[in-house]
Amino acid sequence: MPRVPAPRSAGGRGAARGSASLDNLIHHRIRLGIVSALAAAESLTFNEIKALLETTDGNLSVHARKLEEAEYVTCTKTFDGRRPRTEYRLTPVGRRELTRYLTHMEALIQATRDTLRR
Amino acid sequence: MPPANAGNQPIPESPALHVRAMADLRFIRETMESVSSFSAFSGWGLILIGVVATACGLLAARQPTRPRWLMAWVAAAAVSAVIGALSTARKTRTARQPLIPGPASKFALSLAPAVVSGALLTGALERAERFDLLPGMWLLLYGAGLVAAGAWSVRVVPVIGTTFMVLGAAGLLVPPAWSNWLLIAGFGGLHVAFGVIVGRKHGG
Repeated sequence: MPRVPAPRSAGGRGAARGSASLDNLIHHRIRLGIVSALAAAESLTFNEIKALLETTDGNLSVHARKLEEAEYVTCTKTFDGRRPRTEYRLTPVGRRELTRYLTHMEALIQATRDTLRR
Repeated sequence: MPPANAGNQPIPESPALHVRAMADLRFIRETMESVSSFSAFSGWGLILIGVVATACGLLAARQPTRPRWLMAWVAAAAVSAVIGALSTARKTRTARQPLIPGPASKFALSLAPAVVSGALLTGALERAERFDLLPGMWLLLYGAGLVAAGAWSVRVVPVIGTTFMVLGAAGLLVPPAWSNWLLIAGFGGLHVAFGVIVGRKHGG
């Protein structure tokens, strides 16, 4: 098994959990999708993320809540006329953790390449 | 290209971690690209383009001469270009500026060579009075442009582009009397279908 540098811990409540729990938070496909989508847009509504990830209301709520509790995303509830509108934004902590996750994945691939070259 | 059929299950540990890492990186890239293209297209704009093309196609079919038939379709193209530009701009503005810039401009730049070639060939074929070749050529070039531009957009774009190309190939083979209906099916029907898909899956 190639050795891969573990992701460093970061600031913020979520990040303070350290590298061991990073996978649990971002590694999950829905949560990774939420964070990635929000990295590409200033903000997205609940319905936009739901359509993008092709998931259900309940599933998205659960995973978005986990990211919110970890302070990776912020959630703003407003009204668009009479209709409630839930909008998510990526926080600096969330952006930093996504960057770390990407670095970790790239390092893992590089380590595998290095192993194959030997 | 909505990537992001995320599924509802946590991903099981894979024995090949680097394979999973590559899949994750691909998933992240596709998700981010989807958000950008998500913001750029207007389903309603595409449906409107399809309706305009259908109306102009029906009008063109009633024209007594081939030059007037051509004018009806050129007018449809001009109106459609304006609708496409305005609806895309409106949707991008409504969705706010994405942090990944430029998918809409990359899309336009990829589509442009085919459109410009189509315009030049239209002039040349009109002078040669080869109106019979125009429908197949338009559908083929527009389809080729969409396939090329689809690299910067949602997955349905190259699929629609390929369908346009199939219609274009048919347009070169069928009797000239049928070709106006192929244009209506393509620029009318396919745009409406495309608009419905984009509207439902990519934010209106």
